Amino acid sequence: MTDANVSRVSTIEAKAQRMRADIVEMIGKAGSGHPGGSLSAADIVATLYFGVMKHDPANPKMADRDRFVLSKGHAAPVLYSALAEAGYFGREHLATLRQLGSILQGHPDSKKTPGVEVSTGSLGQGLSIANGIALGLRSDGNTTSRVYCLLGDGELQEGQVWEAAMFASHQKLDHVIAIVDNNNLQIDGTCTEVMDLGDVAEKFRAFGWNVLGADGHDVEQLLAAFATAKTAHGAPTVIVASTIKGKGVSFMEDRADWHGKAPSAEECVTAAGELACTLTEGN
Amino acid sequence: MTKRATREAFGETLVELAAEGNDVVAVEADLSKSTTTATFAKAYPDRFFNVGIAEANMIGTAAGLAVAGKTAFTGSFAVFGTGRAYDQIRNTVCYAELDVKLAPTHSGITVGPDGGTHQMIEDLALMRVLPGMRVLVPADYNAAKAALRLAAKTPGPFYVRLGRAALPQVHPDGFELELGRAYVLREGSDVTLAACGVMVAEALAAADILAEQGISAEVIDVASVKPLDEATLVASATKTGAVVTCEEHSILAGMGSAVAELLSEKAPTRMKRIGVRDVFGTSGDPAELMVYFGLSANDIVKAASELLGR
Repeated sequence: MTDANVSRVSTIEAKAQRMRADIVEMIGKAGSGHPGGSLSAADIVATLYFGVMKHDPANPKMADRDRFVLSKGHAAPVLYSALAEAGYFGREHLATLRQLGSILQGHPDSKKTPGVEVSTGSLGQGLSIANGIALGLRSDGNTTSRVYCLLGDGELQEGQVWEAAMFASHQKLDHVIAIVDNNNLQIDGTCTEVMDLGDVAEKFRAFGWNVLGADGHDVEQLLAAFATAKTAHGAPTVIVASTIKGKGVSFMEDRADWHGKAPSAEECVTAAGELACTLTEGN
Repeated sequence: MTKRATREAFGETLVELAAEGNDVVAVEADLSKSTTTATFAKAYPDRFFNVGIAEANMIGTAAGLAVAGKTAFTGSFAVFGTGRAYDQIRNTVCYAELDVKLAPTHSGITVGPDGGTHQMIEDLALMRVLPGMRVLVPADYNAAKAALRLAAKTPGPFYVRLGRAALPQVHPDGFELELGRAYVLREGSDVTLAACGVMVAEALAAADILAEQGISAEVIDVASVKPLDEATLVASATKTGAVVTCEEHSILAGMGSAVAELLSEKAPTRMKRIGVRDVFGTSGDPAELMVYFGLSANDIVKAASELLGR
């Protein structure tokens, strides 16, 4: 890597680590939420917002921006922390997550939160929406914007994902770039136990997609995968990103029971220590 | 006068809207010939997207097109285009107030021979309970054109209930529908017949029969089921003191229920509801089925007479 690239990677890594601290703190304060899947996606979302996507918090409706659809809407905290870090709204809002009157709803709400393009929360729908956005942009002559869609692996059990996968390929939506947060955990256990997805990469390949792999916690690999995805022509691309649910917090890592449970005050302190941040830093 | 189905307005109106410069698109689920969106597909192939037999993806794709700034109409049959994709309509379209306009065809029992699986009689119930959803039930071809135009030009989600059966003309050519307005088609003093869709023509026929019996019936086209025209309905109910609602839909949670909810709070009035009485449809000729399910003009006459104690 060149020095510039090293610096770029370390900047994104620092953002991701900061976002992890935010995720734990905001869910801890809210007393409910989904830390596991938010933490597993932190490096992916940080790479998108701080290394890949064209976007401008000062001009959130900029026509040629890239779009992001968080199909696994329960990971809202990872999106909120990225949006706050990018400057779409003040960091003070993070402490209001899930409270009455907050702009930060339990699941993403495009009407309430600046920077949230699409309301999600009911799994399986994001890829269809991403496709629709890509179709609309294409019909308007926009040849530069990409539509990124982050899916959970458990979410792939929803049939609509495959309706959308078929459609993206049929329509040659090469500006659709999906990422699978492949942590192999869902609420009731491992995906393998609950409803085995088989070979996710092969499934997408069979649906006509370009398929890339990456370590979902390796920013350099993620940057390389996104760079390749942007060269796609005539077919959509999926990056199957290997991840660890709860990544970064030792007692949450690879544990299904941290899918939708808030850490206690004590656990927040422990987690914050591990993430090398204090709970109040930057506030 | 030539009878025309409300579905015939769908593809034609989309073509008109596009020709007038509206940024309309259509997403269909393999039923473009039946819904008539094929007409639009032929005229504007770049604005027509067929998802195949995949209604959930139809709604989701339309939602994405709306996010990208389009006015997105969806097709399919009412049973699949609402019920099969209900979560998509609720959580993606209505929750975000997107410009998605659902206009599936083949609603109600007048679908006929295809039978109960294809006769959607719960759609008004499903659609009207969704926050932000507006529900229009056109009574003829002209009203269907007007409803589709209104949906296209008004921001936010709409449900336009279209049907397969050829219906007599009720409204004049060039008719314009107003959101939240009911139309008094015939004034009367003894009983109010509040009807929508297919049942408007039946109510008008019933009013003729009632007149021969010395009963003066007011006929109201409740084309806008949500929002309701509260003032018109309350005024009519207060004047006549007796209301019969008439819908080609389940008697549960549809237009009749909406009117009953309104009147019970604002102007308690003796009522009878004509509709499918909490059963599924069945195969048959549409005209036969109208009698079989008690939806004919004669059934309305009977209900009105009973209500008035005659």
